[in-house]
Amino acid sequence: MPSICFYFQVHQPKRLKRYTIFDINKSHFYEADDANSSIMRKVAYKCYLPTNQLMLELIKKHHGKFRISYSISGVAIDQMKKYSPETLDSFKRLAETGCVEFICETYYHSLAFLYSKDEFKLQVEKQRQLIRDEFGQEPTTFRNTELIYNNEVAKAAEELGFDTILAEGADKILGWRSSNFVYQPSNCEHIKLLLKNYQLSDDIAFRFSNRGWAGYPLTACKFAHWVHDLDGNAEAINFFMDYETFGEHQWEDTGIFKFLYALPDYIFKNPQFEFNTPSEVAKKYPARDRLDVPYFVSWADTERDLTAWKGNFLQDDALEAIFKLRESVYRTNDESLIDTWRALTTSDHFYYMCTKWFADGDVHKYFNPYESPYEAYINYQNVLKDFSQTVEKALEVELV
Amino acid sequence: MTKVLMYGWEFPPYISGGLGIACHDLTKALSEIGTKITFVLPTLQGKADINLHLDLVSSSDHVIEETQQKTLSYEEFKERMDVIGIESTLRPYFTEKSYQEFIERLINKGAILKDHQNFYKLSLTGQYGPDLISEVFRYAYVAGKIAAKVEHEVIHTHDWLTFLAGVEAKRISGKPLICHVHALETDRSGINVNQQIYEIEKMGLHEADKIIAVSFLTKNNIVNYYGIDPNKIEVVHNAVSKNKSTQRTEYIKKNPDEKLILFLGRITFQKGPDYFIEAAAKVLKHFPKARFVVAGSGDMMHRLIERTAELKIGRNVHFTGFLKRPEVEELFASSDLYVMSSVSEPFGISCLEAILFDVPVIISKQSGVSEVLSNALKVDFWDVDELANKILNVLSHPALSKELQAQSSEELKHIQWEKSAIKVEEIYRKLTPVHS
Repeated sequence: MPSICFYFQVHQPKRLKRYTIFDINKSHFYEADDANSSIMRKVAYKCYLPTNQLMLELIKKHHGKFRISYSISGVAIDQMKKYSPETLDSFKRLAETGCVEFICETYYHSLAFLYSKDEFKLQVEKQRQLIRDEFGQEPTTFRNTELIYNNEVAKAAEELGFDTILAEGADKILGWRSSNFVYQPSNCEHIKLLLKNYQLSDDIAFRFSNRGWAGYPLTACKFAHWVHDLDGNAEAINFFMDYETFGEHQWEDTGIFKFLYALPDYIFKNPQFEFNTPSEVAKKYPARDRLDVPYFVSWADTERDLTAWKGNFLQDDALEAIFKLRESVYRTNDESLIDTWRALTTSDHFYYMCTKWFADGDVHKYFNPYESPYEAYINYQNVLKDFSQTVEKALEVELV
Repeated sequence: MTKVLMYGWEFPPYISGGLGIACHDLTKALSEIGTKITFVLPTLQGKADINLHLDLVSSSDHVIEETQQKTLSYEEFKERMDVIGIESTLRPYFTEKSYQEFIERLINKGAILKDHQNFYKLSLTGQYGPDLISEVFRYAYVAGKIAAKVEHEVIHTHDWLTFLAGVEAKRISGKPLICHVHALETDRSGINVNQQIYEIEKMGLHEADKIIAVSFLTKNNIVNYYGIDPNKIEVVHNAVSKNKSTQRTEYIKKNPDEKLILFLGRITFQKGPDYFIEAAAKVLKHFPKARFVVAGSGDMMHRLIERTAELKIGRNVHFTGFLKRPEVEELFASSDLYVMSSVSEPFGISCLEAILFDVPVIISKQSGVSEVLSNALKVDFWDVDELANKILNVLSHPALSKELQAQSSEELKHIQWEKSAIKVEEIYRKLTPVHS
């Protein structure tokens, strides 16, 4: 009985407002309220609300046999509360069905694991509490920011009490092996590893509306056929993708919603197949092999490594600068300063600074509110300058 | 390959600006793919001014013979390209006013006084006048005679000073005419357009069978200000070629305690040097160890120096006047940042040159080079605060400077004259059905 496992990433960063060197010492509020509000509302209208509604219908229609999972970043939930409470409500209704698993991550969708294990743990705990509070679940599955993964991430997740962890089914870690089975990280005792089937996931997320693609047009019937072809040689087929695929990356007029609505019907035409959430998949199947991943992998770009966030001069400089501030920030004991600092660890800020492929007009540009990676860096550094001065002042006051 | 009769005004080793460099590098790349070019240019350079004028006066009937004797030959062009000089005082960056000043200077130096009578006598004949416009007509007249003698399939002219020459050549030989636009009067003078120059440009552009613009920005200006059908205009971006002499400057060490920010260009309305100075004042408030160098000369120079004094930043701002090539290269090599704050920059090769010297660049969004260069900081020329914000960040964060250097150098590898030459040759072929 092969399982199909859907996991959707829901994330919206707290984007920074335009902040020049002349704002330093004058303004200490860094969020782009207007942009964040309008983007959240737009994505809610185009994606979150209609897709949630559709998921709810599918769960009812298939009497609980259609099951899915989400990881919604803490900063996204913060912004839903602020700008689109109805979106959070609709996720809660999905939680109430009992067919939806909420996956844990770092609250700030951050790169903390790469720079501070202590901070990483704190941000995971904060997210765990948020899921309990908002959705009434105790999360048992962990997914690090943008599927950034290696042996150590798995070990840290295990130590934090998680039973399941997700990662990219990158060729370079799998070699001849298939992503369609459950694995165990080579350095862990019990946590199980689910790997993204990037071929089929990206058929939906990236290629769905690509007229130059041999698979176009992708119908639910055709896709189900490809999935059924795996029968006998697969136990866990994992479709991991951005939730914004539905209605935002692939617009409604591409037929993406119709595809999604029809998919379970076609999948169930082969009664061997069922839908499960990650923790259900991990319980259902034994680990078929141990997987050693000493180097970092992620789901970003063709490289599937960290270079979308880290590695160029801008990114490394900015990352070192923000994490160097951590100790001082905590010494202030000021919750608001700590929260501001943590929001500055969100991975998107560094993604915007990526110069890889910049000249080619790449996908990075689509998601980038800045005109160039250099603008992103300049804005971030200006904010950081003001913020570090604020922190210094707070510490001085304490000494007095 | 196409035989081209090309009219320009400036050629190495006598370079004063981006136009001469562009003409040189484009023709070099063209000749490398086999295009056969005869390059006609006014040559006052290379000779003592005194002799030139006396010479000319006495030989007005033999202009062609005279000029052919003085044909310049350069090593790299020896085989494939002829360069013909016409005696003329034409210089690409003369304005009507500066041209008159130039003639006056010659008179003051005694260059013309000696034969004072003849000079003015001839000027009345319209053959050789002390005003720029009649100079352009004279150039056109001689250019037409050359067109009758030199075998060619296409006529290619560079900017307004040679447009009339091109039109005249086309009238004589009947071959298709290409007007290559490196800059327009509307770029140079903003709203204070010289009507005569504008009319010459308009005539050339209308007579042309094809127009080459150095950027989409320039193409749009040609359409909007000169009423030309956009389908007649092809965009061929400029590029940059690594000059051998750049090696020489590699020994130059930058002063680690001070930062040098360079502006290089004519001190005129078009180049926006005033925005550079305003930004400098803002930067110096936060970063006192910055030095701003304004390299070039032009009609805004005095006003700019006054403003610098008014802002009380004279200690940190240096005006060098016009610099020769080796000095320019030395400045590039010593700079920490290059700023091109042009109000209207059809292309802006100098910023690519700065990148050759591993200098990060801030460029005006109102520039053609912005269309081909992604890895630069870009500002609206009028946004002085933003310019200062960016300068300060480059000065404060070595990471920003390093990433810009690394990425722009990489990008520069793909901005090649060879690509531009191939596009131009393609345009020639479409105009000369024999080849297609």
